[in-house]
Amino acid sequence: MTVVSMEAAIEPTKAQTPARKRSLARFARPMLGLLVPVVLAAGWEFVVRMGWSTGRLVPPPSRIYAEFEELARSGELLRHVTVTLLRVAAGFAVGTIAGTVLGAIAGYSTMVRRLVDPSLQGLRAVPSIAWIPLFILWLGIFETSKVALIAVGVFFPIYLGVMGAVLSVDRKIVEVGRAFRLSGPAMVRRILLPAVLPAYVIALRSGLGLGWMFVIAAEFMGASEGLGYLLIDGQQLGKPAEIVAAILAFAVLGKITDWMVALAAAPFLRWEDRFTRQEEVVDVER
Amino acid sequence: MLNVENVGKTYPNGVRALEGTSFTVEPGEIVAVIGGSGCGKSTLLRAISGLDRPTRGRIALDGEPITAPHEKIGIVFQEPRLLPWLTVADNVAFGLTDRPMSRRRHRAAGALSRVGLGEKAGVWPRELSGGQAQRVALARALVPQPEVLLLDEPFSALDAFTRVDLQDHLLDLWADLRPMMILVTHDVDEAIVLADRIMVMRSRPGHIFEEIRADIARPRDRNSAAFDHVKSRVLMALDRSLVGERVPEMSAEHPGTGAAMWW
Repeated sequence: MTVVSMEAAIEPTKAQTPARKRSLARFARPMLGLLVPVVLAAGWEFVVRMGWSTGRLVPPPSRIYAEFEELARSGELLRHVTVTLLRVAAGFAVGTIAGTVLGAIAGYSTMVRRLVDPSLQGLRAVPSIAWIPLFILWLGIFETSKVALIAVGVFFPIYLGVMGAVLSVDRKIVEVGRAFRLSGPAMVRRILLPAVLPAYVIALRSGLGLGWMFVIAAEFMGASEGLGYLLIDGQQLGKPAEIVAAILAFAVLGKITDWMVALAAAPFLRWEDRFTRQEEVVDVER
Repeated sequence: MLNVENVGKTYPNGVRALEGTSFTVEPGEIVAVIGGSGCGKSTLLRAISGLDRPTRGRIALDGEPITAPHEKIGIVFQEPRLLPWLTVADNVAFGLTDRPMSRRRHRAAGALSRVGLGEKAGVWPRELSGGQAQRVALARALVPQPEVLLLDEPFSALDAFTRVDLQDHLLDLWADLRPMMILVTHDVDEAIVLADRIMVMRSRPGHIFEEIRADIARPRDRNSAAFDHVKSRVLMALDRSLVGERVPEMSAEHPGTGAAMWW
């Protein structure tokens, strides 16, 4: 056998192994993160099944699952989830609009920034839960005060993120727009917006995270539905499984909504030069 | 024809960056502006581009005064300044907004292949090398077919090989439409390879100190006697322009042939 034909015979296996390894690694990596919780949960289930613990205060996974199933079948889960989601959505929308508009203006105009920013920074230093009594007095105990509280939580990270992003747009890039005689609106659309987008997405995601935090605080205060109410209800009736089920629902919803924002933004951010993209860059250059 | 008449610029902090500068650039002419740092050469270029307004004097292109960026004037900066969120092809087409999409694509593709990067059209700017990015910037400035092309130390951030390569390439591109070209540089070799006329500037306040014609046949050989002759004249003028400035190590002795960079 000649050297050339030998190499040709070896070639396919050579080419396949790294590719298979890579796809394996792609699946294995998230699985690795699941290992710890799964082992802990299975261990606890085993302990309770063996009768070593009653699992009354720390319910085993099977009991939490049963509670979940019960809540889902009775339609309770859907009702509470819907109410909480609507509150977060409304608060997030209001906070995002206010934060974006004010942040953009404060970033753009030095005058407005000097005028407004110190007051806003002062208000930011107030733990937002401190607003609850005032909001209830002003806006009543029902939806409005809850949405307002969530909006306050969402507002600050977005305001800060947008203002910082507008302030840090590279003067040199703006000059390119000027050299090509862009009008004001065209400058915003073609230079400023894309330039602030990566920071804006991060601000939106941290705003959304705070929105989920504040919805619980809002629902602790005299709500009759919502996942936060479910938590309180579980505490008062001594049903830890219900509490854990509500916490899990929060975790899943928070993760899904965050993932949706990230996913919606991804097509607009493919150009970003991030260190995690190094591999891809090398591939292209080759 | 580009007219610069008695142009001066005083910055708000009182620094007189430019004073009483006048010259004319004929169609198809290449002019290099050279000088030590702080001599006002970039200020002059930015005034011609319309990005900054001079405080005195008048700049006019074919009789039309230049007070803001003008569609017939293109500029290439020291850095490529590509927009990272646009593909290479979209960056090149950036200045062609008033034309239909298909035509824009066509023109951009043509300009890209003209700078030898036709196969990079769909790539993001981050994937380009420094020399490639600067070539894209050149294509972007040239695609609207300007009558004047301004270059602000365009190759100074590149390594020596890439620089020489791009200088030759720039002349190739210039030959297509023969725009007037004003090149600010601190590289004497670059000025002589490219320009018909070399203006040596002097600082405090910035003004044109001496003008030297480079009547060398093109394409120019960097090792010819004629090249060396012009080069020694430029270096002498630079020497004299720096006399009296507090940079003794630069004006004390005549720099050797290797000392082509003037910072």
